[in-house]
Amino acid sequence: MTKIDAKIPDGNLAEKWTKFKSSVSLVNPSNKRSLEIIVVGSGLAGASAAASLAELGYKVKVFCFQDSPRRAHSIAAQGGINAAKNYQNDGDSVYRLFYDTIKGGDYRAREANVHRLAEVSGSIIDQCVAQGVPFAREYGGLLSNRSFGGTQVQRTFYAAGQTGQQLLLGAYSALQRQVGMGNVQLFTRHEMLDVVTIDGKARGIIARDSVSGALERHFGHAVLLCTGGYGNVFYLSTNAMGSNVTAAWKAHKKGAFFANPCYTQIHPTCIPVSGDHQSKLTLMSESLRNDGRIWVPKKENDTRKANEIPEDERDYYLERRYPAFGNLVPRDIASRAAKERCDAGFGVGSSKMAVYLDYAAAIIRYGKGEANKHNMHSPTDEEIQSMGKAVVKEKYGNLFDMYKQITGEDPYEVPMRIYPAVHYTMGGLWVDYNLMTTVPGLYALGEANFSDHGANRLGASALMQGLADGYFVIPYTIGAYLAAEIRTPSMSTDSEDFVKAEKAVQDRLETLMNIKGSKPVDYFHKRLGKIMWDECGMARSEKGLKASIKEIQALQKEFWSDVKIPGEINNLNLELEKAGRVADFLELGELMCIDALDRNESCGGHFRIEYQTEDGEALRDDDKYAYVAAWEYEKQSSFKLHKEELKYENIKIAQRSYK
Amino acid sequence: MEGNLNLTLKIWRQKNTQTAGKFETYQVSGISTDMSFLEMIDVLNNRLIEEGDDPVAFDHDCREGICGMCSMYINGRPHGPNRGVTTCQLHMRSFKDGETITVEPWRASAFPVIKDLVVNRSAFDRIIAAGGFISVNTGNAQDANNLPINKDNADDAFAAAACIGCGACVAACKNASAMLFTSAKISQLALLPQGQIEAATRAQAMVAQMDEEGFGACSNTGACEAECPKGISIENIARMNREYFSATFSSK
Repeated sequence: MTKIDAKIPDGNLAEKWTKFKSSVSLVNPSNKRSLEIIVVGSGLAGASAAASLAELGYKVKVFCFQDSPRRAHSIAAQGGINAAKNYQNDGDSVYRLFYDTIKGGDYRAREANVHRLAEVSGSIIDQCVAQGVPFAREYGGLLSNRSFGGTQVQRTFYAAGQTGQQLLLGAYSALQRQVGMGNVQLFTRHEMLDVVTIDGKARGIIARDSVSGALERHFGHAVLLCTGGYGNVFYLSTNAMGSNVTAAWKAHKKGAFFANPCYTQIHPTCIPVSGDHQSKLTLMSESLRNDGRIWVPKKENDTRKANEIPEDERDYYLERRYPAFGNLVPRDIASRAAKERCDAGFGVGSSKMAVYLDYAAAIIRYGKGEANKHNMHSPTDEEIQSMGKAVVKEKYGNLFDMYKQITGEDPYEVPMRIYPAVHYTMGGLWVDYNLMTTVPGLYALGEANFSDHGANRLGASALMQGLADGYFVIPYTIGAYLAAEIRTPSMSTDSEDFVKAEKAVQDRLETLMNIKGSKPVDYFHKRLGKIMWDECGMARSEKGLKASIKEIQALQKEFWSDVKIPGEINNLNLELEKAGRVADFLELGELMCIDALDRNESCGGHFRIEYQTEDGEALRDDDKYAYVAAWEYEKQSSFKLHKEELKYENIKIAQRSYK
Repeated sequence: MEGNLNLTLKIWRQKNTQTAGKFETYQVSGISTDMSFLEMIDVLNNRLIEEGDDPVAFDHDCREGICGMCSMYINGRPHGPNRGVTTCQLHMRSFKDGETITVEPWRASAFPVIKDLVVNRSAFDRIIAAGGFISVNTGNAQDANNLPINKDNADDAFAAAACIGCGACVAACKNASAMLFTSAKISQLALLPQGQIEAATRAQAMVAQMDEEGFGACSNTGACEAECPKGISIENIARMNREYFSATFSSK
């Protein structure tokens, strides 16, 4: 069994990162100029890493499959970014952010990484403000904060409901500045199709130019995968249409272990599915749970309209079950509670697979607040409504508009209908403290790695982690590896290893094109998505998972004999791109079920129906499962489990309670 | 069949940048009013694939109106008939049964067609690379609250920064001008104290790059603002002009 070494520095938790930074090997500026780094993906992690590394003097190449780095799906993150600034004087600290994240992750994340994340969180806000990111501000000119799930302080910084957009455009600007200075070479509409390893180290990639279809070989002293999560394995998710696992999966097949693949986050507040045509699901930001109240009718199969159901016939089930956190319980808990109500027959809307997210009370509360502010002593109901709606509009206007666009209903007048949907994947490539995978020289940053969120991610922490990894972690940790590479000259891409890797990619593309079967790629993707959602989604069971593994294996065979890809290999061919991604999802889906089956406990987003408390909460088994499951690829359908024991030296493991 | 809309689609098909393109006509039926415009094209494409034809190539990614990748010119308007939405957020309830819908790519010489409805917008990336940033390396920042910013200015900067870089402004403009896009970034940074130090060089460099890319001039028609899915205001162009002229007059 290969031993996996997380390389966690010695010393007290709070001093590890400081000590690491002052003792890690450095690369002198003239040597940096001759070291080349490949960054795949241009979201928060990729753009911030590429910009920061180029500022340090490294030669950087950035690859993204979209037409511009600014399209990466970080752009769609809505609600905010956490940081332990304690600007609100409400008792926040680095330790509290660390503690909330470990607890929120249901005690399945690595202490040292999470503490480092909390330590650098404040610097992220400083950096973004310096770049001109227009965060929301108070009238005094200082930054505004709000709350997110799983916390009792206000530590979330935001820019309306477009925080991800503003942070990404900040990182993109920094990246484009380096492009303009000639320090970064940008390859848009390029998809990475393999990692090239030479003597066991990552030395480059094979990429396909989507426009010409040509394969290209690129050398790098190190390769950074900042390629996001794999939620699209479910077909329907809040991910972008192009979000995929291909880069991470190719790395996995080249020796990088894949950690905790079954940890997926189902977000509680998404717009419900409207029909078979649905191509993606849209999130309604968690920030809406700051002010919105979630409820279903107390009566089963109630067919009345929401506004016709009187107050005392409504079940505000989150407030009832979790009085301490109420509507702001973490995502996994809110999602399961919605599923429980709908499965029990209390769901609303035509599909009965939805619950209400209601702003009526918030509108009145804000309206009365405004009336007080303006010294109106007896405001009419209309005045309260109109002032209240104006406040809600300023806070959440773009989200309300989006809801109306999609559903045709006006959420200022009727409660929104929401239902959980796949949103984020906590699992990903296994990395050590330095963010290096089990392949030397190959790194994974942001959602693509597994390290910080355990079995459940708290809201507004994805943006924090992506930018922490890119701006403040990798610029230091990469030195530990590259300091020993200063004598390695740039390698020719004509070497046998590059040629062989390119040939393998070419063969696979030709194989796909030559199947000439009868069904479009989407047909297989939808079927995979249904299996995953039914059996490896919000509730999982031994029986269901075992059956799913067989079904997925059969689906893999069917795909490779019956998929139909039109067009040409040497031209823009979006179906060919999609086919390659779905082929990888089909293999990943199998591993997710294997991982879910191995984990005979419930924790965070992983809920095995066999393991629950009497009142339906997740039942962990810390004696047996306090480990990271890191899977090694052996051959098709064969994966070997390696365990990284999780040691909690600074936090007492407890049953997670939000009651 | 999920719905009851039957539509005629006239879609621009073009094999690549070098080849001439032309309109092709397709019929689609059973379209649900709950579908987005792109989901309707998905239905068409899956049928084309099953029939052995090449599906219509189009850019799209997030399908929630924020990535800026989708870019269809529908019935003579960028992103179609509704104000304030991108093509991916346009739903079929905005169309009537029996309607004929014409779909074209963005038309601008600075945005060459790659295939069908896909165009090359990398000129926008180069405009940003020319000056759309604040030169602050990672690690150089002071504490964020050491720099209070007037809320109105911060809000206006945010409104300008909401640009998604889709290029609808260019497609809407009879001169194919990129002034709205360029001015949105210049405005965002000009409104913030952090952006002041490089204000003059930024305006000059970005305008020079915009001209070099072959975008046209602004003749104050206002089509860009009307068609912008994010409501970016034409006031930004006025602010950019002020920034640009004061930079020019004061340049050494």
